[in-house]
Amino acid sequence: MTVHFRTMSGSMTLVDLKKVSVRAGAVRILDDVTVTIAAGEAVGIRGLNGSGKTTLLRLLATLHPLSGGSGAVLGADLDTSDKYDVRCAIGYIGHQPGLYPELTLLENLSFVARSRGLTESDARESLRMVGLEGAIDRRAGHTSHGMQRRAEFARLLMTQPTLLLLDEPHSALDADAVELVDGLVDRTLDRGGAAVLVSHQPDRLESLVGRTYEIRGGTLR
Amino acid sequence: MSDSKNSPGFFRQSRIVARRDLKRESRHGEILLVTLPFGGIALLLVPLAIGTDTETLHRIGPGMFWVIVMLFGVFGAVRQSNAETSSQHDLVALIGLDPAAVFIGQATATFLLLVVFEVVLGVAAIVMYDLTPVGWGVLVAVVLLVAVGLSLLGTLAAGIASSSRSATALVPLLVAPMSVPLLLGATQSHEAIRLGRSSLAWVLMMTIIVLLLAVVGVLSARTIQEI
Repeated sequence: MTVHFRTMSGSMTLVDLKKVSVRAGAVRILDDVTVTIAAGEAVGIRGLNGSGKTTLLRLLATLHPLSGGSGAVLGADLDTSDKYDVRCAIGYIGHQPGLYPELTLLENLSFVARSRGLTESDARESLRMVGLEGAIDRRAGHTSHGMQRRAEFARLLMTQPTLLLLDEPHSALDADAVELVDGLVDRTLDRGGAAVLVSHQPDRLESLVGRTYEIRGGTLR
Repeated sequence: MSDSKNSPGFFRQSRIVARRDLKRESRHGEILLVTLPFGGIALLLVPLAIGTDTETLHRIGPGMFWVIVMLFGVFGAVRQSNAETSSQHDLVALIGLDPAAVFIGQATATFLLLVVFEVVLGVAAIVMYDLTPVGWGVLVAVVLLVAVGLSLLGTLAAGIASSSRSATALVPLLVAPMSVPLLLGATQSHEAIRLGRSSLAWVLMMTIIVLLLAVVGVLSARTIQEI
């Protein structure tokens, strides 16, 4: 069961991490991370390579277990099986594209569409929205990294997640595609969702997010 | 556009996954274009190695066929362990598909490919070894049970090993020993028919193994997905 709760300002809290730590063996990847993100908020995370940005994002995506502390995402406790119930409402784009290189862009998106009870025409429409209508029959493995990124944005436009988690969303993008990221974040916030964007390019984040954290040695500052 | 009210049911989810896997296989053809020809070559090499004496080939042909099916069938499992990158794994985890439905879907795709694999190799073995198939009903049941068993075993092992960097080496090591009861069931069923005895006990044993693998796979699918 998922329960959303409200902050003192009245907005719904979508992410609530309290003294969270993540370890891999003896190595502490995240340490004492406390952060709250309300509906309608976009938060930026910046930091150097290996500072724990991606792990934090995967933790918020419910894909990485907690080692200590407590946390809730979209009202689901990260330590319980409740987290599986909210996964549909999470849109995550990681470093590597979540696409099958042997399938065409349309087949990739149709797979997601059908899995979510949507149709192939929804997939087609989303690809059109990101400017890939001319490449729908190209295999994902035969497209540029920028086109693959666009296809992933198309997936998020189609599935309309409540919590948007983007890892280095601006990498390999041309100016038009950068606007797509802005549009995607705006749409999510307008729907009452939240967004967390990770980047090591602070200037890219500034215009999109309300507040920015720096992550250093696994600790948010 | 998103509407989770129309989310597909369990078997439709399995079909979606199986369709994806078959489409991927049709593009890179690892089982049908790589493994199958190698299986055929292995069948061909046996007479070259032990001689083309028809009586010997008659006697050992069915056993050799099943050994080759088992050994090369393991590649079906390896195919799955190599097939998914971590980002694709994340996508499937977040897409909302039931992990048990994903398991059944992946196993179904491998099952269909293995049936084709077995039938083509079976015809090749009949021609090359001059075999006369007996007990068609049991033979069909055994072919299907071996394909189901290997696909379930492979999918299970691939899931367990997927987080390991040594998955390619680990999956055959997991699958090969565990497929021995299937091999035993397949060869002994044939032998029982040849000697005019009932093969029911062997077929039953294979059915129980298959059912156990299916239950374990479905029940552990979520845990395996989270490894």
